[in-house]
Amino acid sequence: MIRRLVVVLLLVLAVAGIAFFASAWRPRMPAIDTPLRSSFDAASIQRGAVLTAIGGCASCHTAPNSKAYAGGLPLETPFGTIYATNITPERETGIGRWSLAAFVRAMREGVDRDGRQLYPAFPYDHFTHVADEDLRAIYTYLMTREPIRAEAPRNDLVFPLNVRMLIEGWKLLYFDHAPIRPDATQSAEWNRGAYLAEGLGHCGSCHTPRNFLGALKKRRHYAGGDIEGWHAPALDASSRAPVPWTVDALQQYLKRGVSNVHEVSAGPMTRVIHNLAVVPDEEVRAIATYIASNMGAPEQAREERGKEALIRARSAAEKGGDAGIQKLTTGGQQSETTIQDGRVIYEGTCMLCHGAAQRTTGAPSRDALNLGLSTSIQLGTPVNLIRIVLQGMAPPDGESGPFMPGFSTELTDEQLVSLVTYLRSDFSDHPAWQNVAREVRRARQSLARMD
Amino acid sequence: MSRMRGSWKSVPQSSSDRIQGTLSRREFLVRGGALVVSFSMARGALGAQPQEPQNVGKEPKKAPALPGSLKNAPLLDSWIRIDADGTITVFSGKAELGQGIKTALIQVAAEELAVEPRTINLVTADTSRTPNEGYTAGSQSMSDGATAIQHAAAQVRAILAGIAAQRLNVPLSELTVHMGAVRAKDGRSLRFGELVTGEALHVQAAPQSPLRDPKTRGVMGKSLPRVDIPSKVTGRPSYVHDLRLPNMVHARVVRPPGYGARLQTVDTSSAEKMPGVLRIVRNGSFLAVVAEREYQAIVAMRALARTAQWSESRELPRAADAYDHFQKLPQEVYVDAGGPADIATGPGTISATYRRPYQMHASIGPSCAVALAEQGMLTVWSHTQGAYPLRNAIAEMLRMPAERIRCIHMEGSGCYGHNGADDAAADAALIANAFVGRPVRVQWMREDEHTWEPYGSMMIGTARARLDGPNVTEWQYEVWSNTHNARPGPAGNLSTAWQIDTPFTPPPPKPAPLPAGGGNRNAIPIYSFQNTRVVHHFVPEMPLRVSALRGLGAYANVFAIESFMDELATAAKIDPLDFRLRHLDDGRARDVINAVAERFGWGRFQKQRGRGRGFAFARYKNYAAYCAVAIEVEADRELGLVKPIRVVAAIDSGEAVNPDGIRNQTEGGVIQSLSWTLYEAVTFESRRITSRDWSTYPIMRFSNVPDTLEVHVITRPGMPFLGTGEAAQGPTSAAVANAIADAIGVRVRELPITRAHIRAAVGIQET
Amino acid sequence: MIVLNVNGREYQVDAAVSTPLLYALRDYLQLNGAKFGCGLGQCGACTVMVDGKPVLSCITPISVLSGRRIKTIEGLGTIDNPGPVQRAFIDEQAAQCGYCIPGMMMRAQALLEANPAPSKADIRRHMNANLCRCGTHMRILRAVERAVGYLKNDRSAG
Repeated sequence: MIRRLVVVLLLVLAVAGIAFFASAWRPRMPAIDTPLRSSFDAASIQRGAVLTAIGGCASCHTAPNSKAYAGGLPLETPFGTIYATNITPERETGIGRWSLAAFVRAMREGVDRDGRQLYPAFPYDHFTHVADEDLRAIYTYLMTREPIRAEAPRNDLVFPLNVRMLIEGWKLLYFDHAPIRPDATQSAEWNRGAYLAEGLGHCGSCHTPRNFLGALKKRRHYAGGDIEGWHAPALDASSRAPVPWTVDALQQYLKRGVSNVHEVSAGPMTRVIHNLAVVPDEEVRAIATYIASNMGAPEQAREERGKEALIRARSAAEKGGDAGIQKLTTGGQQSETTIQDGRVIYEGTCMLCHGAAQRTTGAPSRDALNLGLSTSIQLGTPVNLIRIVLQGMAPPDGESGPFMPGFSTELTDEQLVSLVTYLRSDFSDHPAWQNVAREVRRARQSLARMD
Repeated sequence: MSRMRGSWKSVPQSSSDRIQGTLSRREFLVRGGALVVSFSMARGALGAQPQEPQNVGKEPKKAPALPGSLKNAPLLDSWIRIDADGTITVFSGKAELGQGIKTALIQVAAEELAVEPRTINLVTADTSRTPNEGYTAGSQSMSDGATAIQHAAAQVRAILAGIAAQRLNVPLSELTVHMGAVRAKDGRSLRFGELVTGEALHVQAAPQSPLRDPKTRGVMGKSLPRVDIPSKVTGRPSYVHDLRLPNMVHARVVRPPGYGARLQTVDTSSAEKMPGVLRIVRNGSFLAVVAEREYQAIVAMRALARTAQWSESRELPRAADAYDHFQKLPQEVYVDAGGPADIATGPGTISATYRRPYQMHASIGPSCAVALAEQGMLTVWSHTQGAYPLRNAIAEMLRMPAERIRCIHMEGSGCYGHNGADDAAADAALIANAFVGRPVRVQWMREDEHTWEPYGSMMIGTARARLDGPNVTEWQYEVWSNTHNARPGPAGNLSTAWQIDTPFTPPPPKPAPLPAGGGNRNAIPIYSFQNTRVVHHFVPEMPLRVSALRGLGAYANVFAIESFMDELATAAKIDPLDFRLRHLDDGRARDVINAVAERFGWGRFQKQRGRGRGFAFARYKNYAAYCAVAIEVEADRELGLVKPIRVVAAIDSGEAVNPDGIRNQTEGGVIQSLSWTLYEAVTFESRRITSRDWSTYPIMRFSNVPDTLEVHVITRPGMPFLGTGEAAQGPTSAAVANAIADAIGVRVRELPITRAHIRAAVGIQET
Repeated sequence: MIVLNVNGREYQVDAAVSTPLLYALRDYLQLNGAKFGCGLGQCGACTVMVDGKPVLSCITPISVLSGRRIKTIEGLGTIDNPGPVQRAFIDEQAAQCGYCIPGMMMRAQALLEANPAPSKADIRRHMNANLCRCGTHMRILRAVERAVGYLKNDRSAG
């Protein structure tokens, strides 16, 4: 009896295994001769440049101080490190011998030319929605880049995650191929924005939380996510921006990385903004329209609070002295002393630019944000604030843009903890953060790794 | 050792000018209290025979033309003083700007005096001590300043030798001048200190000098280490910014928000009560705060700025059509070369228009000055390029006699022309007058320097040419520019003077005469074309404040001309170097071009995808230094990114006094010009200059300097000094533009050659 | 009143605690090495070292410096006895106006204390925070490379 059961079980497993294997296995697609650059027309290349910018391909597929699209950038995931591959049209180490069909399969199904499963760190769960002609244009653009010979390092994943075929299991659970259907109740602009954001833009990849297997939690679409040690804030109704986002503000932010009443872009978002600089205004506005609509119209109370925050910020500018929220939240490990030290540090450091006293002739070029308008200070996690204070922000060399010095060497860990604790207490109504010291240490470690 | 054939023309002196000591046999022509000694110069010859006195009792001849700045200060002891203990002091009206002039002048003096450089004390630009050499500008410090010192030192050496000859009773031919002494063959010697007594050097310079043989150079031509670097790298006080005087107070000026803003009201009450604040100074729209400590002044300044209310009426042009607006302003038209009629017209004419935006000096150290009003004298320490003109300007502004003002140059950070230095000095002078007895230090803030310094003028250059095969038959170039000189000079050129109660207005600008020129500097091409016409459109009205920036008009004109030469070479299908050489006769020009071609490997260059090479050449002002530059760049069409890879330059500045100094300046000029050309444009909106700091006016950083930069110095011993500082600006800009065009097949004619401009030229839409 | 430890010595500075270190050094202690370039943390002319790391003294209030070790170029050597980095800059004649150079040297010193054998690319990347307007970049890079050798010799000389 038991023997029979065991046999049946083995058979079932075998069948399941075979079925799984059959599902996971993909054929190798034939290599082609690298197409001549002259075989592609200029208009397609230009269109491809724009689409590739929206997709942010260069941001992942280019290592620091390295050639564009040549891969090698390490992506830290909870499962280990994955290295982006070389997508220049180089024959041996890049995609020089990939046909359009192979490229399309990779983007739509997450399978490379050899038939290997690709890790969903490559967001094919979004790229699967990209239209045929757009994929063709992107292919055209990539095939006309400079071929660079470069082999990406081997991924550093713990067994069994390094077994690619198992990705098929993940896909069976989480990969939704369904196309994006236009919403007839929405404008053409909104639908265009949806197509771009959900497809090439893959905004949800960062701005949506993931489960323990690294899959996006579909029911919490745009509720905020974590990426490279930063928190990508919520783009839904749970957004904590003190002044609710509008389409205009979002459009300005996406185009230039600045909004007068919100934070300047920081962390991984700066790369996105940088890419979007070459994208036509209408496309950016479409994305802004879609995202703003996803946030929804703010409730009355939130709208009011936003107006108050603006008034406080402006009066701080005019009257001088700082008009932060003078409150001390109780609870947690913070102490009076910590907050007091933090205030001293703030007055000697941040207030020079962020406070009102210095905000006239004799103040720096771009009015640094009044911290009552900062989203980072409102988040459930201190990581963004800590990283901004540590790293500052700077435009790419040779370009104009918002600048803030970093304070990683000027302030000790203890001083950073004090400062961050003070900022939370004085500029936010939300409860005190519990884990500031630990997050400061982690942020420093990851900064040190970047050096 | 030098030999001198000299003869004195001497006449009996009046008893009141009797020289003491053993000089009774020497007699001098007296003229106006000065003594004139003249030499006849013949290099390498020996012997000296006293000759019969001439011009006795007759009207003295007019002072003949003297070399370099000697014409401004003909007395030798204005330039060189030797004390009884042998200390040698050399005086120069030129200023160290970081270009290494102090070292070069010391070398020149040491060479002609035959002493070790370290025995020379150099005093620069002080209205109480040094000659007036106008401005340290135009790359003329060597041609004017070093020439003067060279000749003065040579003549001093000759005088000392002559005195020694008398005293030792030995013919001049048997004397050697060496290491601060004059020696006879028999071993007897007299030190300089023993030879110089009374008024021995208080004589007028002669038009010719017994210069030492260039073949026997001891210290000129050597790359002597800069005399000022050791103290700068060890933190010893070196800059006016470091000056600390007893009882010194600190001031900050509340700058108006824009040009022409008038201060309406200000509530000084809270600033007055702030720690350390001593006084608020208000004079018309000029508003400043004085405090004991520097940071106290800064904090108080910001508090004061918040309460200041200004009225503004002046509008800046719209950035989007600034060039068109500029070109339509009232203008004076001058034909600098060629006839009255347009040439290079009709079918087959190639034409191109080049644009240069406002660009700024952006000195790394914002301007600073210290002033002390005490006992009727006002002393001002400033990093101005012109201590004497500044003195006059401050005198005019304060309505006081210039003799009661002393202006002393102390180093600042690199100025590259007329920056905020003079205004900061005027600020300090004004405040000092209201704060008698205590030195007042004014430090401009970063935003002050960025928004108030005078910029390099916007310029437009239109080139047209006709080719007959490989030859240019007709060439017409027209340039539109503001003045490139609004220096004080007149008080009306000090921004401080615009703000005070009885303000001064800038005098109407006038175009600078050729051959030096201003906006038309280097507008006349050095090439020989069959038919050349150059037209200068001088635009007096200045939408933004402008004045002299390194190179003046040469930067934009050479950018245009050398870019256009490449465009013509392409049209004629000729190598760009060959195309230039074909139209160039000047041997020294050909030498720098060939030097660069050789060292760059121009003929051996292998074209790779995404890389290009470019070349350019100019002779600064068409009569100063020759400079050629070749650059290899990496450029990306779609992204518009440019990376300079390799730069090779050659420069001929005449006799190179300090070759490494020339190299250093030229390297600096190349990098700075790369920065201007690839990144820099002043931005503005209706009432505000928006380039306020480094984040809004980015410049070159280490990340994008070339991998290699090689400068080859061609020296011409014995030939006149041609100066160096500005020679590389123009050629570098065109060389990089040509290299980018070679790399991506598309030419950018509007500076700066940014990502956005490249993408626009390639045709990629960027909103 | 705050006590600052600068180049191994303790100094009492009677300045408001929000005073940036740059002014404490220059205005109170007459240590002129660190320079005012922008006061905005953008140019690096004010660079000094604190606890071995490069720090922009124009944005660092003295309030955060109790008990921390500050080093300036005056602590690297004197005109009669220049330190290895200073010697390297003199030997390469790595200056035009020289105003940015103290900041450059302190940033270089910090790099070499952390990494005695940096590559050319490391040096370039590390120095990127500091601006030079005169265009002395090539010499500055060479001076830092030279300093690597000088420091190594000094170390092996004992």
